[in-house]
Amino acid sequence: MKIGHRTRREIPLYLMILPPLLLLLVYSYGPMLGLVMAFQRFDPALGFLKSPWVGLYYFKRMLILPDVQRVVTNSLYIASLKIVFDTLAAIVVAILLSDIRNRHFKKTVQTIIYYPYFLSWVILGGIFKDFLAVDGIVNRFLGVFGVAPIRFLSNAPLFPWILVITEVWQITGFGTILFLAAIMGINPQLYEAASLDGAGYFRRTWHVTLPGMRTTIVVMLLLSLGSILNAGFDQILNLYSTSVYSTGDVIDTWVYRAGIQQAQYSLAAAVGLFRSVVSLVLISIGYYFAYKKADYRVF
Amino acid sequence: MIDRSPARKAFRVANGAFFVLYAVLCLVPVVQVLAISLSSSSAVAAGKVLLLPVSTTLRSYSYILAKDAFWTAMQVSGIRVVLGVGVSMLMTVLAAYPLSLPKEKFRARNLIVWLFLFAMLFSGGMIPTYMVVRYTGLINSIWALVLPCAVQIFNIILMMNFFRNIPPDISESAEIDGAGHWLILARIYIPLSLPSLATMVVFTMVFHWNSWFDGLIYMNESAKYPMQTYLQAILVQPNPRLITKATAELLRLISDRTVKSAQVFIAAIPVLVVYPFLQRYFVSGIMLGSVKE
Repeated sequence: MKIGHRTRREIPLYLMILPPLLLLLVYSYGPMLGLVMAFQRFDPALGFLKSPWVGLYYFKRMLILPDVQRVVTNSLYIASLKIVFDTLAAIVVAILLSDIRNRHFKKTVQTIIYYPYFLSWVILGGIFKDFLAVDGIVNRFLGVFGVAPIRFLSNAPLFPWILVITEVWQITGFGTILFLAAIMGINPQLYEAASLDGAGYFRRTWHVTLPGMRTTIVVMLLLSLGSILNAGFDQILNLYSTSVYSTGDVIDTWVYRAGIQQAQYSLAAAVGLFRSVVSLVLISIGYYFAYKKADYRVF
Repeated sequence: MIDRSPARKAFRVANGAFFVLYAVLCLVPVVQVLAISLSSSSAVAAGKVLLLPVSTTLRSYSYILAKDAFWTAMQVSGIRVVLGVGVSMLMTVLAAYPLSLPKEKFRARNLIVWLFLFAMLFSGGMIPTYMVVRYTGLINSIWALVLPCAVQIFNIILMMNFFRNIPPDISESAEIDGAGHWLILARIYIPLSLPSLATMVVFTMVFHWNSWFDGLIYMNESAKYPMQTYLQAILVQPNPRLITKATAELLRLISDRTVKSAQVFIAAIPVLVVYPFLQRYFVSGIMLGSVKE
């Protein structure tokens, strides 16, 4: 009787969770099961169930395709650069910002440096293509110093750095939020004690501020492990061109071209599966250590 | 402990100057696009336009606003934002409430929470997702832009954490008065979390307005593209034939470049408009999921 009552009380809860759970099962777990297509010679007309089975054929092809090696290397390289520079820039800017005393000035600066985060890469791509064009504002500025016009967006060696710089431009402001909060959480008495001991601003920053931010920095770095193969799909798709494929083509853009544009469904799905598995492993490791070392929990 | 040494003073001035420069660097690209969009094409081609419009004209804007394709894309985006935000918020609330309850009240809770969490860590990827969208018959339908991204797991976790902080006494006394779960959710939980829900609504609006890739792959006709996809198609076309029936006289005022700039700026306006509302709340919003010490 008691259990019957309990179950009856739970019925509305099941009704509530049903619509979101159903959508989750179809559009998140559906594609996970759909990954079987990487082991099939997938034909959309036959579907996941009836396409002929080919085992590891596409994984073997994937390993010998020079394209795939190139995009994996590019992804790793670009994503690592971004993790390092994004984090470094956000830490430095947060420390400098916390030193601003004038409240109005600080607020205004924050408002301005946060906003690029909210613009889509379609818009930013349009803006930067104009900005970095041969007759764009950057080249005209460099021209003042006698520098010959540079084709920034079709220069292969430069392209990864353009990606890093434009991303740092876009997200550093927003990235300071968590670090600023960490700085605000530092006990002011520590600064006073350091001052009494004769520490100037730089020594206080080094011995008080940075150690105070340590947990946040470690957690942010651990959590960014999961994005080591995520070089920034939206950004690259809106900035790259065939002339920078050698350095700028990454896993996600390649999967898009191979899978959607050229209909090599199984091969693209195999590469996608490789990317998802690596990300899962690294995210799990990252979360595990963030939990162990800093007691970080999502819920 | 205020340090008054000259070196420290000089540092403060330099620091202030750095942030002035940084803020200017954040504004320059957008200001330049605005300046180009408001200038005549001859001035732009002559390289006269930096940060202020030269021989100011609104012709690029009137050219865009007279195009049917522009208004179609605007309409698709409008419908998408309304449907997308509505469905997504409904799913967030419906999932967050049961999952915020202790295991004793909802025995399937832990299992379902793990289902949601795992989907945040692992995904089938672009191609299988595309196939599932295709097999569920959503290609070319507005629902392709709404349903696959309706369950925002991160929002659900934020909301779930928020609901858990509501004192249980409130819902317990409501329970004693005979209120069921639906009533408690609608009359207690939702009214108490209106500020967080409002923040989430604005974030979801920006997300839907900014999304463009799903429009590109799930819509086969450009007439069904939302604004950002439409814009992306214009911007990446290798041989832009944007201006087709322009007369020679009109071409002196507008060019492909001024029109594209105007288009970029128009697409950025909605985000710039909601941004102040966003800024008021997002600091507390993103702190929710952060380090708990």
